[in-house]
Amino acid sequence: MSLAAEPASRDGREVTVGRRDDGTLVVRLAGAWRLADGLPAIEPVERALAERPPKTVVFDARGLAAWDTSAVTFVEEVAELCEARKIRVEPGDLPHGIRDLIRLARAVPEKVGARRTRTRPPWLDRLGERALGVATAVRNAVGFLGDAALSFGRLAAGRARYRRHDLLVVLQAAGAEALPIVTLISILVGMILAFVGAVQLERFGAEIYVADLVAIAMVREMGCIMTAIIMAGRTGSGFAAELGTMKVTQEIDALRTLGIPPMDFLVMPRLLALSLMMPLLCVYSDILGIVGGGIVSAGMLDVTPVQYWNETLQALTLKSFFLGIGKSLVFGVLIALTGCFRGIHSGSSASAVGDAATSAVVTSIVLIVVADGLFAVVFNVLGI
Amino acid sequence: MATNGAGHITVKDLTMAFGSYVVMQDLNFHVREKSIFVIMGGSGSGKSTLLRHMLGLIEPAKGSVWYRDVNFTAADPTGRERLLRRVGVLYQAGALWSSMTLAENVGLPLGEYTSLSPREIREVAKLKLALVGLRGFEDYYPSEISGGMQKRAGLARAMALDPEILFFDEPSAGLDPISSRLLDDLIKELRDSLGTTIVVVTHELASIFAIGDDSIFLDPESKTAIAHGPPKELRAHSTDPRVRRFLTRGEEVAMERPHG
Repeated sequence: MSLAAEPASRDGREVTVGRRDDGTLVVRLAGAWRLADGLPAIEPVERALAERPPKTVVFDARGLAAWDTSAVTFVEEVAELCEARKIRVEPGDLPHGIRDLIRLARAVPEKVGARRTRTRPPWLDRLGERALGVATAVRNAVGFLGDAALSFGRLAAGRARYRRHDLLVVLQAAGAEALPIVTLISILVGMILAFVGAVQLERFGAEIYVADLVAIAMVREMGCIMTAIIMAGRTGSGFAAELGTMKVTQEIDALRTLGIPPMDFLVMPRLLALSLMMPLLCVYSDILGIVGGGIVSAGMLDVTPVQYWNETLQALTLKSFFLGIGKSLVFGVLIALTGCFRGIHSGSSASAVGDAATSAVVTSIVLIVVADGLFAVVFNVLGI
Repeated sequence: MATNGAGHITVKDLTMAFGSYVVMQDLNFHVREKSIFVIMGGSGSGKSTLLRHMLGLIEPAKGSVWYRDVNFTAADPTGRERLLRRVGVLYQAGALWSSMTLAENVGLPLGEYTSLSPREIREVAKLKLALVGLRGFEDYYPSEISGGMQKRAGLARAMALDPEILFFDEPSAGLDPISSRLLDDLIKELRDSLGTTIVVVTHELASIFAIGDDSIFLDPESKTAIAHGPPKELRAHSTDPRVRRFLTRGEEVAMERPHG
């Protein structure tokens, strides 16, 4: 009578499929069923159903010693197979627990239209979606800039609503707390510049011009670029993660419904803090870079600190000094706006906040380098 | 006082503190096998903190938690992990992993701790989701479904490995009365059909009376448990005005103290 049997597992778990004389298919479960042993194959039952479709399928669980989810899943699978073939299923003598759980699993019918069909749309659709996505992103960015400009107007008129305490906290985080890393990077960059210059200039006996090289490079380019990249990495990403998390926890919604524009309350203090602190950090970085160059000159070359200092003073002009500071102000604004924009437009999941922080850094660095390139061209044309 | 082996979970002389601030002290109770144990008390009485202590997420300032006759508090990380594998937890907000679909959320513990094939994992995940009324939502991400559904999906994940013990942190918070009732039925069903021991942290009176086999009442003022027993019995026989006030929503007993 037995048609097919799955070999007994470790604990004697067994599924046998048989037929009664009236054509009823009997699925016999026996032994101890443990989820850790996996599920038994459904194929024997499927084959029996396909070979000679019965009117009724009944379970026989007299030999069932112990059961857990694995048995329930198996019974449910068999029931689904029968349903698809319009065959009646009788619980037979399944334990009450299994019957109750199956009843529970079927208590809530599947919502119509809930199931997803996983089909890949044709390439033209995807291209269109992509293009619409870009358009939305551009619209968001322009909208954000417009909002920021309006908010800045309110700030200038003294009508923006934000807490002075928040501003001070951001000032500290974006200023004083950034000093150690800016110190380290600036001294090293100054030393590297001096080292590279020294190797070349020594061949012409022009070691003293290392001072000019370091001073001009630091003040015009490296000081503001390096601080900007550091701040994009540590502060811009922080802004994005913080605002992104506030979005996930609906804190931004709470501000909106209270009639406080998030732009005033969250973005302006950050923008203000970073555009105040970036020029200061830039000056600090310039000075330390020059000191770093001095260390290399004094150590490797026959240039005394006094000579180095005098040469530096000669090479530096107030104009290049202010150029660097001006650029750092622009970079500060770019970093703050990018960080806040990415945060406010972040998705609402943990990974979306991570993406927001990442893209804040990437976008800021791209913008910084592009802006620096534009500055170089413009200054060149203007002859500054 | 509870002795070893008397219950599935035994809490002995537990004192919970954050630094020098004591939340609760001298807690002693045990949770019987295959019963539903309710930890109740007003907001801020340290119910969830007690749950986190029982799960080893916070270390007790004093005392210990025992699972059967194993001292969980004194166990090393591997021993704790072994014990926790038999435990499922439903967190307050569901705590689903947002970068995974519901089926993947439920399937992760199955993939980690069983030898099931991906197809089998999917079958089991489908069944667990059907049990909580989420048939057909396997491929949704947590952010695409409602809060109540997230909670139910969290329950499906907690049940994935057929745990011996299930912890529920405020299961009915944020659910409408009908969903909350259905969840209560489900909790009872799990105790009856799978023989799961269940610990529920809640302050929902309807739930407490509907499902609780046994309970303790935490009082934030005396910083300890002031009542212990089946909730219905406490409502009928407790003489403590604080307990009576809580269990009757403050309607029956006149206030004796301003912050009772």
